[in-house]
Amino acid sequence: MRKHGLFSLLGCAALLLSGLSQTALAEVDVADPGYYTRFQEQGISINVHNWGEYISDGSDDSLNVIKEFENLTDIKVNYTTFATNEELYARLKGGGAAYDVVIPSDYAIARMIREGMLEKLDLENIPNRVNISSDFMNQIYDPENLYSVPYTWGTVGVIYNKTMVDEEDIGSWDLLWNEKYMGEILMFSNPRDAFAIALQKLGLPVNPTTSAQLREATELMKDQKLLVQAYVMDEIFDKMLGGEAAIAPYYAGDAITMMAQDPNLGYYVPVEGTNRFVDAAAIPVGCRQKEAAEMFINFLLEPEVGAANAEYIGYSSPNTAALALMDPEITEDEVAYPPPDVIAKTEFFVELSPEMSLEMDKCWTELLSTDEQYSKWLIPMVMMACIVASVSINILRTTRKRRDSDYVGNHRDRIG
Amino acid sequence: MKWLTKSYVGVVMAFLYAPILVLIVFSFNQSKSRGAWTGFTFDWYKKLFTNEIIIQSLINTLIVAVISSVVATLLGTMAAIGISRMKKYTRAAIMNVTYLPIINPEIVTGVSLMLLFVSAQSVLKTLNLQLGTSLSFDFGFLTLVLAHITFNVPYVILNVMPKLRQMDNYVYEAALDLGCSPRQAFYKVVLPEIMPGVLAGFLMSFTYSLDDFIISYFVSGATSQTLPITIYSMTRRKVSPEINALSAIIFVVVLVVLLAVNLNDARRERENRMKARGRL
Repeated sequence: MRKHGLFSLLGCAALLLSGLSQTALAEVDVADPGYYTRFQEQGISINVHNWGEYISDGSDDSLNVIKEFENLTDIKVNYTTFATNEELYARLKGGGAAYDVVIPSDYAIARMIREGMLEKLDLENIPNRVNISSDFMNQIYDPENLYSVPYTWGTVGVIYNKTMVDEEDIGSWDLLWNEKYMGEILMFSNPRDAFAIALQKLGLPVNPTTSAQLREATELMKDQKLLVQAYVMDEIFDKMLGGEAAIAPYYAGDAITMMAQDPNLGYYVPVEGTNRFVDAAAIPVGCRQKEAAEMFINFLLEPEVGAANAEYIGYSSPNTAALALMDPEITEDEVAYPPPDVIAKTEFFVELSPEMSLEMDKCWTELLSTDEQYSKWLIPMVMMACIVASVSINILRTTRKRRDSDYVGNHRDRIG
Repeated sequence: MKWLTKSYVGVVMAFLYAPILVLIVFSFNQSKSRGAWTGFTFDWYKKLFTNEIIIQSLINTLIVAVISSVVATLLGTMAAIGISRMKKYTRAAIMNVTYLPIINPEIVTGVSLMLLFVSAQSVLKTLNLQLGTSLSFDFGFLTLVLAHITFNVPYVILNVMPKLRQMDNYVYEAALDLGCSPRQAFYKVVLPEIMPGVLAGFLMSFTYSLDDFIISYFVSGATSQTLPITIYSMTRRKVSPEINALSAIIFVVVLVVLLAVNLNDARRERENRMKARGRL
């Protein structure tokens, strides 16, 4: 009786919620509508796995890309999200989940290609690939563009609060090691991005090949540790916008979002160079609906869709046709679309060798657990003290009990 | 001095509930910031209902929680009744096995379940080749529900066992003597006695299922993502205040349910006491 009530209540709530979530739909202008109607009425569904908050989903009057695709092609999209490339890699490697489209970053794609985890794309099914700028073709992570299609790109740079940082200190990665701003500096909390900054400051490649390079970078980061307020990812938004921190390295797209909310924030790409990243769509081996997946990728490359995505996500678009449709204020913004001389100093991440990967993980753990402030003997000593105290208390208790029982026994003997 | 003890309780309560209070207050905040209050608005609640990914994850989470806790309650109650009838050593052994999923770190349970499902998939594949059948399953709803049932059953058993021990065994025999069939005796005599334990087990497994992240992370698939995983995927960019709104709603619902259950229990206890007194 009570359980029936609970069930029906939940059922009603579910229906109500799904009903409320229907929004008004706009028609998307596509280049070749006939291409998209091939799978009508076949009840096909595809599984798309993307970063969180990384597609225009209809909120804030933006285009709902997934809904538009479903309406246009009659293919259902199961959309799930992940937080890091490593998470995606583990899911694909584990073999349990079956995805049709995934959108990893460049170095993850390089690794998956090498391990044979991605399908070759059938370019006849992706005619819109011509929209991608040639700057993003034939890059080191996918040299012949056989396996992936760029989705977004960006650079890493330094966001700083103009009211809290002097103008003369900016321009290079040195700002993050400047003792004047002790306790107001944030750093990445993922190893690749964090080490890339240290390596670039030292003039070393962002893809370290020797242990010596990693060691130098680790020592530099240990020196920085006292100045760092926290190692963060998403918390950067609140900390910079709330004025709790003055300096933070982060991705250009997110910098734009922050700067839109607070005009006191500025952004620059350091002179030593920085990391350029590309997130690209790919099809993992073992997908069930390859043609439908290619259709989805083609849809993402449509100019209107690319423009909507770029505007919603904030990251830069590699799609020249989409750029033509976007507001010039965005496309000429140097933060999102830096000039060629800045681009020339950027490096892509590539996959590290397994030994280097392990070494980097070890160094990262070592960095996070270093604490110059108190001795490393503190915790073992406290533990020893606790064990000694506990043992001695127990011994005292048992001797006292034995002494008491002896006394009682003797007393009874005397009476009885 | 009594005000000291009372204020201590107040301090502890404040410490426990302050984060939730901040969460709820900032769900009405105008800007996306979690640090600065800029104005009062219901926008995030409105946006929440149009955010399909969050709503879909919420529905998935609720469905999985309901199904897994109902099945776990049934299985757990049956198991508890069986265990309470066992001899001492078998009972001790089975109870140790029951404790294992609770003591095990969740990540161990999660990874081992994932490996189990993957090997089940490959076993099915070879079976299909041999027998020509086409059985298979994907990671998704099925694996999620199975995993949740697995870690919920021990909690139900742990909640029902004390009630069974408290119950007077002779009441069941008396019912049989008075003419009940075993089934009637069970439904009319045993079940009402252990019902508080069964309900507590159900609520506990529902809560654990709603809350679970680590195990769901490993066994969820391409089609059914639960709410904690969705929230986690937002953390590279920014966790939107829609999550604050959703958490506030969940908190209020849970609070209402708890109050209702507790008030109901209190009312029933008062009735029982008055009935007992009346009879005397």
